[in-house]
Amino acid sequence: MPRINSPAELEDLRKGILSHKAPDKPCIAICAGTNCLALGNQEVIRAFKEELKKQSLEDKVDIRATGCHGLCERGPNVLIYPQEVYYIEVSPEDVPEIIAETVLGKKVIDRLLYTDPDTGEKAVHQSDIPFYKKQTRMIINTNTMIDPKRIDDFLAIGGYSALSKALFEMTPEAVLDEIKKANLRGRGGGGFPAGLKWETARNAPGDQKYVIINGHEGEPGAFMDRAIFTGNPHNVLEGFIIGAYAIGASQGFIYTRHDMPQLKENIYTALAQAEEYGLLGDNILGSGFNFHIEVHFDVGIFVSGESSALMRSIEGKNPEPRPKYIRTSVSGIWDKPSNLNNVETWANVPQIINKGHEWYTSIGTERSKGTKLVSVSGHVNNTAVVEVPMGTTLREIVFDICGGLPNGKKLKAVHFGGAMGGSIPENLLDTPLDFDALSGLGATMGAGGMLVLDEDTSMVEMTRTLLDFLSKESCGKCVPCREGVRQMLKVYNRLCEGKGKPGDIELLEDLCDVSKKASLCSLGRTAYSPVASTLRFFREEYEEKIVQ
Amino acid sequence: MSEILLQIDGKEVKATEGMTILDAAKSAGIHIPTLCHHEKLEPYGGCRLCTVEIETRGRSRLVAGCLFPVQADLIVRTRTEEVDKLRKTIIELLMAHAPDSFELLALAEEYGADRNRFEKESSFCLLCGLCVRYCNEVKKKSAITFVDCGAERQINFIPEIAAQECWNCKECFPLCPTSYLQAAYFLTEALAFPRAKEVPAK
Repeated sequence: MPRINSPAELEDLRKGILSHKAPDKPCIAICAGTNCLALGNQEVIRAFKEELKKQSLEDKVDIRATGCHGLCERGPNVLIYPQEVYYIEVSPEDVPEIIAETVLGKKVIDRLLYTDPDTGEKAVHQSDIPFYKKQTRMIINTNTMIDPKRIDDFLAIGGYSALSKALFEMTPEAVLDEIKKANLRGRGGGGFPAGLKWETARNAPGDQKYVIINGHEGEPGAFMDRAIFTGNPHNVLEGFIIGAYAIGASQGFIYTRHDMPQLKENIYTALAQAEEYGLLGDNILGSGFNFHIEVHFDVGIFVSGESSALMRSIEGKNPEPRPKYIRTSVSGIWDKPSNLNNVETWANVPQIINKGHEWYTSIGTERSKGTKLVSVSGHVNNTAVVEVPMGTTLREIVFDICGGLPNGKKLKAVHFGGAMGGSIPENLLDTPLDFDALSGLGATMGAGGMLVLDEDTSMVEMTRTLLDFLSKESCGKCVPCREGVRQMLKVYNRLCEGKGKPGDIELLEDLCDVSKKASLCSLGRTAYSPVASTLRFFREEYEEKIVQ
Repeated sequence: MSEILLQIDGKEVKATEGMTILDAAKSAGIHIPTLCHHEKLEPYGGCRLCTVEIETRGRSRLVAGCLFPVQADLIVRTRTEEVDKLRKTIIELLMAHAPDSFELLALAEEYGADRNRFEKESSFCLLCGLCVRYCNEVKKKSAITFVDCGAERQINFIPEIAAQECWNCKECFPLCPTSYLQAAYFLTEALAFPRAKEVPAK
């Protein structure tokens, strides 16, 4: 494939790709997200390929192994274009029938459809399923249209048009301004305005600047970044290159986990293809802008996703955090200005550039704009990756979208924000998804992991599990975090064995205080959150465990 | 080097750019406790005993004195009620590991810390990292290192390097606030490179 040297050539290429795609040509899009992979989608994909070959239909029907569709609980999921018929829990035995009946016969197979448990109604199309109907999928919606290993699929739906627009129609300042006006807040946890961070890095002294994609996502119950990055890696790369242009960086780093083979493969494939097309590397699209990307992998501990620890890791050192009295956007990797955002933040950038800040700020709440991806797990009917506008209530996510709790159990709480997040009791479930509203309840947005807990859950035991994770995953450098969490865990172990002592609650409160105020990095500074939030809302459960 | 004026505990202090709060306090004769700090080593920020309250533009927060760079008009308070309480808890947390360390006993006396407040787990090592960092930064040998992370963290001699380097050095021994390091060294020696019969060359 020849490289693309101008916006016009990009559009020509896009037209060429589209002209080869007959809109009515059947296409079978099989979810190859992590969960469907675990549920045996490889056998389903193989069965489809074999069946098409057997019937000599290879040229007449396309097959696409896509990224995560979102409805993880009911996989393997199969979407059949052009009718957009949606089948769930497909097995290899269903394949000949799907080809004969649906692909060739245009008939719907009733038993493979999603049935609404409330109404008993069958949903034929993806858009009829309540799970999809009630979401606003602006980032993850493209997953079903793309084979992540084929850049042409991404180009066919308008991919890299935002990059072309940024490079040829906008100055770096104008791009920065657009992101600032869109009020894009970092989706990695803190909710810090991305535009301000970009500006700090841009204005920091020094010519060499770095940009980083934090794709570490090491929290229990967080799997949305993986769904975006594995399913549509070019979307993330496009946002990343635009950001590099705005900040003035010629070198970027992708930092991600070493233990996700599918993600690794898709990233490497995407980088190679983008480079081949001239969308990455020297003189991107003939604009004169140069940008190179290196991929780095973690060393298997959670704290290496913390921004300063991550930068140490890229330098080749131990991933130990350092205090950010000087911001990493001023002094990061090798003391150079380094702008880090997570996967989802970068993935938001192309749509903001394409559609403008006014469109973007029309979605969401007053201070939290756009959509948010949430990974929902725990005691819930649909374990899923959900994308909703900011401001959607937690109740809507659990009940309207994810189908409520199984076995007729009542909801007790949702734990939001991963290991360093907080628990929100049922009576506050109408809280909107909003950085500030959640942190007001002691539950940070975190990356967006949401754990649903039913009435049988012991909040003390749940917190014990999170602290156990944190005590192992802290780097162990500073005393308040290493020792504070260790001692908190000892108290929890006692409480869970029914050996709680008077004074234990006060001891936990003191330890929360020291870890929050005196720890070195944000892991230690927020490790107290699950303890503090459960003490706040479920104190009686602690009191019950204390033997007087 | 431009001169910076700041205030520590109500006292006007002159400092130069690049100094930390700890440096500036020391130069003014104001004591801030530390366990993991050593003037020959890079600031580390591990023990957090040097936590102080600072005020900038009317806003107060807590920072590690050994790392925070001085700036003009900074107001530092080294002994507030909150700071003292944090230090007390930090000392108590460390005393769960080394209840008889002289340094900790002295600090406990000053801050009213209870050596028995937390359940004992006598590892004797405070993980201040003085030995690890001294060997690495000053001696450039890296004969001793941290292994594992979180609550599992510990220090270990690397036998292959220690066998070659340690016998004639041992400069880390007096740095250790608990004597755990010596024990770790002699254990490593006994297990990995016994040479008790050799007379060391002075």
